[in-house]
Amino acid sequence: MPVDKNMKVLVVDDYRTMLRILRNLLRQLDFRNVHEATDGTEALLKLREGGFGLVISDWNMEPMTGIQLLREVRADDKLRHIPFIMVTAESKPENVIAAKQAGVSNYIVKPFNAETLKAKMASVLGEF
Amino acid sequence: MPNKRVDVARLLEELRRRYGDTVKVEEVAKVIAALLSSGTPNLVGVSRKIYAELEALNRYIQSAKAEIAALRPDEVKAEYLPTATNELDAIVQATADATNEIMDATETIERVSEKLEGENQDSLADATTRIYEACGFQDITGQRITKVVKALKEIEVKVDALVVAFGGELGETKGKETAKPEAKPATPSDDELLHGPQQPGEGISQDEIDRLLAGFN
Repeated sequence: MPVDKNMKVLVVDDYRTMLRILRNLLRQLDFRNVHEATDGTEALLKLREGGFGLVISDWNMEPMTGIQLLREVRADDKLRHIPFIMVTAESKPENVIAAKQAGVSNYIVKPFNAETLKAKMASVLGEF
Repeated sequence: MPNKRVDVARLLEELRRRYGDTVKVEEVAKVIAALLSSGTPNLVGVSRKIYAELEALNRYIQSAKAEIAALRPDEVKAEYLPTATNELDAIVQATADATNEIMDATETIERVSEKLEGENQDSLADATTRIYEACGFQDITGQRITKVVKALKEIEVKVDALVVAFGGELGETKGKETAKPEAKPATPSDDELLHGPQQPGEGISQDEIDRLLAGFN
């Protein structure tokens, strides 16, 4: 089944610059239905509005961190199916393991490039 | 000759009653000074050796107090630390502003490039992608600077504690209790996990992360 590039994608990061970078890189990949949140709490509110096909989230945010958001998403029957990619500067094995145990779909370490973003999205959505 | 005999037990009990197990250094100095001023012959149960050590300890405390006072920890807390924090905040803001300017310009280039065709368009698309990727530096440097600001705040707490321990001579004091370390839970907390960005060699690469994740499947 082909990937629907009109799917709603939620990008979550407390740095406006990173939100803008992700939005631009996603646009270059033809994903234009991009929504933004600056922490887990705001992201959760948006996700509960429904219709999202992918979450790309930072980890280190306040008040709700990325991994707390991930746990909330995986604990919610209506949201648990949404692929969740963590994009973070946290690059220690214990972080990757904790994220995986919380149900992360894939993990990208910052700084990253467009090729890595595309590859990880393809791994959770299918080739596009 | 007046009886200057010092009741050490009573002094210690008084200190314990007033300060618990945390006694200000200057109070310790007062006790030692009282012992010394009472004269060696009147010290009950205190040997000459202990007396000499107390004298040395008193000199050490006075010297340490003078040295620390000369460092002006109150000034460090009131001036240097806030200045350093403000400067770092300004760096984050300046790099964010510059990065946004770069992205404004890049988005314009991208819009114009859509009117081109073929190799020229591909070439510009590739260049704009690389610019977006490079702009990620602002996020990384911002996080690193935030870590430094947090470290400065920790130093501020320590300086505060130092000022309290050495009493009013070193400036205005504002005591903060040190929290007792809690037992570590089996699952690491967010605070224990959030230490990034790691320095080169501290973390693992994207390839190693991919292998680690694959190990779960």
